[in-house]
Amino acid sequence: MIRSYLVFLGRAYVLSFSGSRLFYAWMAALTVVAAIGAHEFCRQLVQGLEITGMTDQISWGVYIANFTFLVGLAAAAVMLVIPAYIYRNKEIHDVVLFGELLAIAAIIMCLLFVMVDIGRPDRFWHMFPGLGKLNFPSSMLAWDVVVLFGYLLVNLHICGYLLYMKYLGRTPTLLFYMPFVLISIAWAISIHTVTAFLFVGLVGRPFWNTAIVAPRFLGSAFTAGPGILIIAFQIIQHFSDYKISEKAIYILRNIVTASLLINLFLLACETFKEFYAASAHSSSARYLFFGLEHQGHHFGSLSPWIWTAISMELVAAVILIVPPIARRMAFLNIACVLANIGIWIEKGMGMVVPGFVPTPQGTVVEYFPTWSETLICFGIWAFGLLIFSWMLHLAIPIMSRRFKAA
Amino acid sequence: MSTPPNIDPEHEKNGPALPEDAPSGRRGFLKSAMGTMAGLAVTAGVLEPLRSLKDAPSLEEFLQQHYTKLTPDLMDQVLRRVEALMGEEYGAKVRVNDPKPLEGVEFAYALNLTRCNGSRRCVYACMKENNIPLDQPEMAYIRVLEMNIDSLDLEEGNVQYEASAVPREGKYYLPIQCHQCRKPPCTKVCPVEATWTEPDGITVIDYNWCIGCRYCMAACPYEARRFNWTKPSFAADEINPDMGYLSNRVRPRGVVEKCHFCLHRTRLGKNPACAEVCPTGSRIFGNILDPEGKIQFILKNKRVYILKAEAKTIPRFYYFFDN
Repeated sequence: MIRSYLVFLGRAYVLSFSGSRLFYAWMAALTVVAAIGAHEFCRQLVQGLEITGMTDQISWGVYIANFTFLVGLAAAAVMLVIPAYIYRNKEIHDVVLFGELLAIAAIIMCLLFVMVDIGRPDRFWHMFPGLGKLNFPSSMLAWDVVVLFGYLLVNLHICGYLLYMKYLGRTPTLLFYMPFVLISIAWAISIHTVTAFLFVGLVGRPFWNTAIVAPRFLGSAFTAGPGILIIAFQIIQHFSDYKISEKAIYILRNIVTASLLINLFLLACETFKEFYAASAHSSSARYLFFGLEHQGHHFGSLSPWIWTAISMELVAAVILIVPPIARRMAFLNIACVLANIGIWIEKGMGMVVPGFVPTPQGTVVEYFPTWSETLICFGIWAFGLLIFSWMLHLAIPIMSRRFKAA
Repeated sequence: MSTPPNIDPEHEKNGPALPEDAPSGRRGFLKSAMGTMAGLAVTAGVLEPLRSLKDAPSLEEFLQQHYTKLTPDLMDQVLRRVEALMGEEYGAKVRVNDPKPLEGVEFAYALNLTRCNGSRRCVYACMKENNIPLDQPEMAYIRVLEMNIDSLDLEEGNVQYEASAVPREGKYYLPIQCHQCRKPPCTKVCPVEATWTEPDGITVIDYNWCIGCRYCMAACPYEARRFNWTKPSFAADEINPDMGYLSNRVRPRGVVEKCHFCLHRTRLGKNPACAEVCPTGSRIFGNILDPEGKIQFILKNKRVYILKAEAKTIPRFYYFFDN
């Protein structure tokens, strides 16, 4: 049994390097971008985080913004798991696996974004329970590390087990995966909730210190994740022989539509609270939407971002709720892309950064990511796409039974 | 490419060469070998900047355990190693001690807002005492806000006022540093317990344990914490050679630091550098447990103001006004 698994691994390794020219070109392009990012990260290791745009005042930037967005993406895989496994919806059953593979790639990106953000990556082991000194359960970051690693392991197990069984041509044993599927559903909600609590639990940052952050995170995540999957499925259909049922895409479209509307509603709730009852605690929201006057200067670098994000999400919402347009695939794709970009901005430049402005001492400082920082971000995204493409490259032939045990 | 026997021909254009049949398997291995070679070449290019990495930790430093897990013998080795490192990196001959909290002592600070004239002498004395490069004023542990006389709104304060023309009409001055809270949000959020509150009320940081995640900086309601975005640079004679392990030793790159009430001085019975230098006598430092002490006198007799009392972190740092 172990032997047949080793044979499987060996064949999977060989299969990883065999593919069409297009596949090679795609993987090579991603490798180049990832390598540029890694090179820039090595520069950061030598010079320190001063090569980023972060300061003592705005001490988290695009790294943590991307981290937050990607935790949501990883959590969103659950939206596929629930109908597929609990309600035994056959149409969506197969594609769940692709959602979970996306979750795995997203979690790996999350962990990389944490690694590039910390000042002493060499001391990462200080967080390992037993070996180091993990401040659990007090620190929300300790919780986040635990739930992210746990979520990664659960999803690796589910995907690995189901794929290997398919490769062997055997029916998977319910006991070996169903309990983990149930765990992963609760866990998916928890990873994004914990990530929200990371921000919510800070008494000195009124912009984050509000109960709506976790619901908003979930709303935006369940818009972004299925949105990306809709596009990923079409790419998979186009470049492989794998057929994804239209019904699966319609289920995803409904999830995106509902979540996007909920997300916009929560954003409206928060905006009302910040501006109608404008207290000293509304300064961050004022800075985000309109900019702030401080010591005779106007600071407003974030407002174009948030207005862009809101416009994109509104256009996406209109496309999705007007039936004749929403049924057209091209428009659905536009809506998914707009919603995803909008949510990326809303969670990064619209949530992480303004929480630091004005500072607790009342100063206004602005944040502009540097080129190095940006290249590192692109590098991690390319690496994540590389992992996702590679996993699909192995999973699709297994699913369509072209790659199977001899 | 020959069609592998178990592949439907119509899928051939997209279908990967599957390793079932020997020829494509061999070709696959050749390809994967080439892929591996290319990978190695890329890796070498990617890692190139690391050749100029100067301050990589030694193996002992890398494996060093948390402060509270170090035996006295191990601690002594660590202190000697840090001393040697200061010599290597800065050419400075220094002594690094680890003074322990005193029995029956809990430190507290009281600052007279009526008297403070915004000279920023405390800021500079602190930087010199605590080995903060003078050309990095943003790293200073103390920031002084020039406030409008009719307001306590920090957003109206100005941290970049000209210190040559103080005190100015219609203004008062509000110095802010670590408030050494009794319920510190910073220690609560640290994922690795690299920062904690000592029995004498001082919240400290183990610079050899901090992972540099900066969560404590996001948590602090007083903006008291600073991050070493790069390695601090000094000439050897700019360094204060009298160092404490948990206080003013030169910090490595990538860790967080902040005011520690000059514990390497105050645990030996001296005043913190900022209190000693203050030209107006606005800064009062002492043991809050001493019923006859200056701090208790102020708390009983003056009008005391606690900055951001609504955060309920219960600071050991009090502002007061002359009656």
